[in-house]
Amino acid sequence: MEIKQLYREIVNDHNLHPSHKGTMTDPTVTLRGVNPSCGDDITLMLKITDGIITDAVFDGSGCAISQASVDMMIDGILGKSREEALDLAGRFMRMIQGTGTDEDFEELDEAAALQDVAHMPARVKCAVLGWHTMEQALEAGDGGSSGG
Amino acid sequence: MMNRDYRKDFPILERNPGVIYFDNAATSQRPKAVTDAVTVFYETANANPLRGLYDWSVAATDRYENARAHVARFIGASSPEEIIFTRNTTESLNLAAFSYGLEHLKAGQEITLSVMEHHSNLLPWQMVTKKTGAKLVWLEPDAEGLLTDAEIESKIGPATALVAIGHVSNVLGVTNPVKKIIDRAHANGAVVVVDGAQAVPHMPVDVGELDADFYAFSGHKMLGPMGIGALYVKKEILSRMQPFLTGGEMIEYVTREEATWAELPHRFEAGTVNAAGAVGLDAAVSYLEDVGFSFVEEREKQLTTRLMKAMEGMSHIRVLGSSDPAKHCGIVTFTLEGVHPHDIASVLNEDGICIRAGHHCAQPLMQFLGVGSTARASLYFYNTEEEVDRFAQKLKGVREVMGYGD
Repeated sequence: MEIKQLYREIVNDHNLHPSHKGTMTDPTVTLRGVNPSCGDDITLMLKITDGIITDAVFDGSGCAISQASVDMMIDGILGKSREEALDLAGRFMRMIQGTGTDEDFEELDEAAALQDVAHMPARVKCAVLGWHTMEQALEAGDGGSSGG
Repeated sequence: MMNRDYRKDFPILERNPGVIYFDNAATSQRPKAVTDAVTVFYETANANPLRGLYDWSVAATDRYENARAHVARFIGASSPEEIIFTRNTTESLNLAAFSYGLEHLKAGQEITLSVMEHHSNLLPWQMVTKKTGAKLVWLEPDAEGLLTDAEIESKIGPATALVAIGHVSNVLGVTNPVKKIIDRAHANGAVVVVDGAQAVPHMPVDVGELDADFYAFSGHKMLGPMGIGALYVKKEILSRMQPFLTGGEMIEYVTREEATWAELPHRFEAGTVNAAGAVGLDAAVSYLEDVGFSFVEEREKQLTTRLMKAMEGMSHIRVLGSSDPAKHCGIVTFTLEGVHPHDIASVLNEDGICIRAGHHCAQPLMQFLGVGSTARASLYFYNTEEEVDRFAQKLKGVREVMGYGD
């Protein structure tokens, strides 16, 4: 998929009308992710109860791909355990590196639409920002393990 | 109109008629004359310059030193000894900071610089202030990007020891009043380091007339090869400076414990030099002299005027800096409402258009202007009206691609 098509069919909707953009009052873990070279700057807030991601939002600004990617990511991780979320992040990273399997695409569901970013080296960092931030948040915070 | 088709001299432009290259402020393209000069050097005179006693090394030395003399004449230096070859502007500015700044600045003194500086003309001075206790003082432009006389007079005074100033801003394209700044600095006993990276490719520069103390520029933005740049330093200052890097070929005599330095300017060029790069830069200077700056400036003005006029008609576009196209040096930096600059660049890339997007290594300026990131189209004399028109037409369509109704 060429980039204009990717914007029109996938990215614009999440970028212009994100489902998970906002803030929450009592996140278990909050982490900021930045792409210094582009100015993409997001803050990810996760609420983890009994090891399950029960709520997640992001805030900040950045290019359409970074914003759409994190919005799709949250769609994919809500209700999942931290292990499942990390597993999904691993699949996303593989996909972006061009080594994703059919099973990865299936598990990633809508986020698999970003698979063509693998052929756009200049935009890889944008696509992985949200996922990378989530990985760090889940690995850094002990969020959830003590939640139950 | 072009009096001759310079595009024919640029193989990359000839081979890619569908590509519009509007990122000339990042690096220019090179005419065949430049790449040929580099090849001819390697094929006919390749040896390590300044060392050998045999013909090839002598020939390599001659070509390297001829390049230095040509660059010196080109920018109005009083002698070739005042030209130090470096990798690029960044290295030139670091040389000035390490070899002059660290040695001569003291706690309490001031380094005045503008918020428009490229990081290359900021970070070396941050380093100097941290090591010496000197402090930074900031020149801020008005809404049109101009540094007023009042601003210059209030920020350069008796406490100023050094002024670091970009000749032309790589974001706003504005030409700073360097002569005025130098006069003010000298009246207060300060030296001035000019970052000429965006000026030398676009206008005649005479360091003698400016009375600049240091003047840095890169070959690759002025049709030359990557990896060769220069630093002009006034001889009286250069003779008081210590070497930047030490090692091969920059010495006079070495014992187990001590060393004395080679003559100027070789004491500032440690190790095997980029002779082929210098030869390429020599050819680039010849090419630019042949084209002539009156033509370069006229073409850039025509193209920039056409571009800015087209952009004026687009309601969601905001152009940064002066409203006068003649004050842009071919650089048009802009934002498009609701669209991140990286998305603009990606969409235009699919149309074969190359522009820059991001902070342009000038984050303090972005903070000053209150913008996170911007898009930049930068033109050179080989660009055309057709390219400007096609760019404007494609730019007009970007918001639609990004899901907006208009």
